[in-house]
Amino acid sequence: MNAKITAAALAGSFAAALAVTATPALAQDKANMEKCYGVSLAGKNDCAAGPGTTCAGTSKVDYQGNAWKYVAKGTCVSMKTPKGTGSLSVIKS
Amino acid sequence: MQQHSTLPRTAGVGFKSEHFADIVGGDQPIGFVEIHAENYMGDGGAPHAQLRALCERYALSVHGVGLSIGSMAPLDRDHLARLKRLCDRYDPASFSEHLAWSSHGEVYLNDLLPLPYTDETLGRIVGHVDQVQHALNREMLLENPSTYLQFTESTIPESEFLAEISRRTGCGLLLDVNNVFVQAKNHGTSAEAYLSSFPLDRVREIHLGGHDEQTDDTGAPLLIDSHGAPVADPVWALYERVISATGPLPTLIEWDNDVPAWPVLAAEARAAKAILDRAARQRAA
Amino acid sequence: MFAPLQNDFAAALLDAHKAVPDALTAHNANPPVKRFAVYRNNVIVGLVNALRTRFPATEKIVGADFFFAMARLFVAAHPPRSKILSAYGEDFPDFIATFEPAAELPYLPDVARLEAARTRAYHAADAEPLSPQDFGALDPAQIGNLRVTLHPSLQIVRSRHPVVTIWAMNAGDMALGPVDENRAEDALVSRPGFDVLVRQLPPGGAAFLLALARGEALASAAGAALDEASDFDLAANLAGLIGSGATTSFTLSDQKDPVS
Repeated sequence: MNAKITAAALAGSFAAALAVTATPALAQDKANMEKCYGVSLAGKNDCAAGPGTTCAGTSKVDYQGNAWKYVAKGTCVSMKTPKGTGSLSVIKS
Repeated sequence: MQQHSTLPRTAGVGFKSEHFADIVGGDQPIGFVEIHAENYMGDGGAPHAQLRALCERYALSVHGVGLSIGSMAPLDRDHLARLKRLCDRYDPASFSEHLAWSSHGEVYLNDLLPLPYTDETLGRIVGHVDQVQHALNREMLLENPSTYLQFTESTIPESEFLAEISRRTGCGLLLDVNNVFVQAKNHGTSAEAYLSSFPLDRVREIHLGGHDEQTDDTGAPLLIDSHGAPVADPVWALYERVISATGPLPTLIEWDNDVPAWPVLAAEARAAKAILDRAARQRAA
Repeated sequence: MFAPLQNDFAAALLDAHKAVPDALTAHNANPPVKRFAVYRNNVIVGLVNALRTRFPATEKIVGADFFFAMARLFVAAHPPRSKILSAYGEDFPDFIATFEPAAELPYLPDVARLEAARTRAYHAADAEPLSPQDFGALDPAQIGNLRVTLHPSLQIVRSRHPVVTIWAMNAGDMALGPVDENRAEDALVSRPGFDVLVRQLPPGGAAFLLALARGEALASAAGAALDEASDFDLAANLAGLIGSGATTSFTLSDQKDPVS
């Protein structure tokens, strides 16, 4: 069952939302989005595109053997809180 | 009436989105751009917006990678329908695919894989090319591959195999001169002999790309068609030889890995254009 | 006959334990093991690179070697079914969630889900977003009946972990630092123009948008959001909805809510 919201509360929120967004100078630009929905992060658009096909081979060689054991050396280490667990390792498969 | 390949007889480049601003921004030494069909099968967004802008300035060549013409299994009809939608949407000056297979069953292997050249495979590929040309209502160009090994059952030389497909289906050919060079080095044959037996009158487009070198089982050089380097000098020499025989042909520079800044790619296109212009002047004289 | 050989060839590409098919040869070596390895390598490295392109933050978090090891196992077990490579890796986040060695990073599958959503948004259909002015003429007394069509690019990624913060740190948008793994964050991914945007949703925002996406009217969606988050701020979320290009059309109808 949904919580009840009165028509008056809905109308009031709508009026407030229109007031925030109706500033012509801000309408529909990124600044407005950030104002409305918090920090906006564009990131790298080339990554957003994802991979594409190619008709070429690769000269990069996968030297990966079967016996391997890796420890992650990525940013996960910097993002650990002091109480975090130990290092990240890949088990042999 | 099938639509024929009508690319301008000048230089073009494989389009990379990082070059978009340069390509639409100023005067460039190119008359056409080529895209990989499968990269423009999304619904919308930047890829299609860029393609629309490119089409206002340049002729378009759609180059497929995923049709798997060399599969013994039937062509993927859904994929053929997607290609048709793309061609209907942009009305490209040319559509081309590869003498190779790239999927098997449900699985897309994302590489151009080799096949034996026999009467059996010839018949199958002729059927597939007919089917594609009929579905798209366009002439398609078929490209000679780079291969790294051979088949004991092959009975037909590759250039003859391509000539026969073209003769039976009416399809045009896309001659990748780098592939000819890579192929000859990898199989201990002669690129010149290959070109001498190649049906040059059926060639509607040329590809030029860079390759890398590794070693094979015996420690001998094995060339990899990586499209990640400038066109090699001996490939330029073979190209000049072809163009002096055929006259100017649409010529694409392919650079797909380790993509350089635009001026580097433009310089390659300019080098091709210089050879084409020289051939045109000689013909006129 | 090439068909059976083609089966063997394809099988040996994805399984390095399988022998090079007998029918393959080279002018100078037999069997051409290294030559066949070129194809194996093209397939595996090519597909791993496809995943690296789609999941750059995930790779940054675990490092290149770990990512490669994880991705090549995924590639061998889940090769693409589509020729459209930008769609490859939809089930990579689920694979990461079951990949034992990554279990110490419980947020990793959600970061990958966020990256997958960004690619979907990038390639989503075009649609002209509504502007706040388009909503200006609506009768406030009727607003509870408002139903909207959300932009085709819009995606919501819910997480029990700080997925937006972690992604932003690894996309170069925020400095790296310690994070509280157990702080929940919901992400809104959208592409009102051509740029993909990632935003952190306020409390109840995800429930609100998901209800609207199901076709519920505003009153019902606001109720669903309040059920989930007692501090749901309707005015702020409405401003987000109409001010961020998230909608493409609306109707005011008093038909019964599909869900209540």
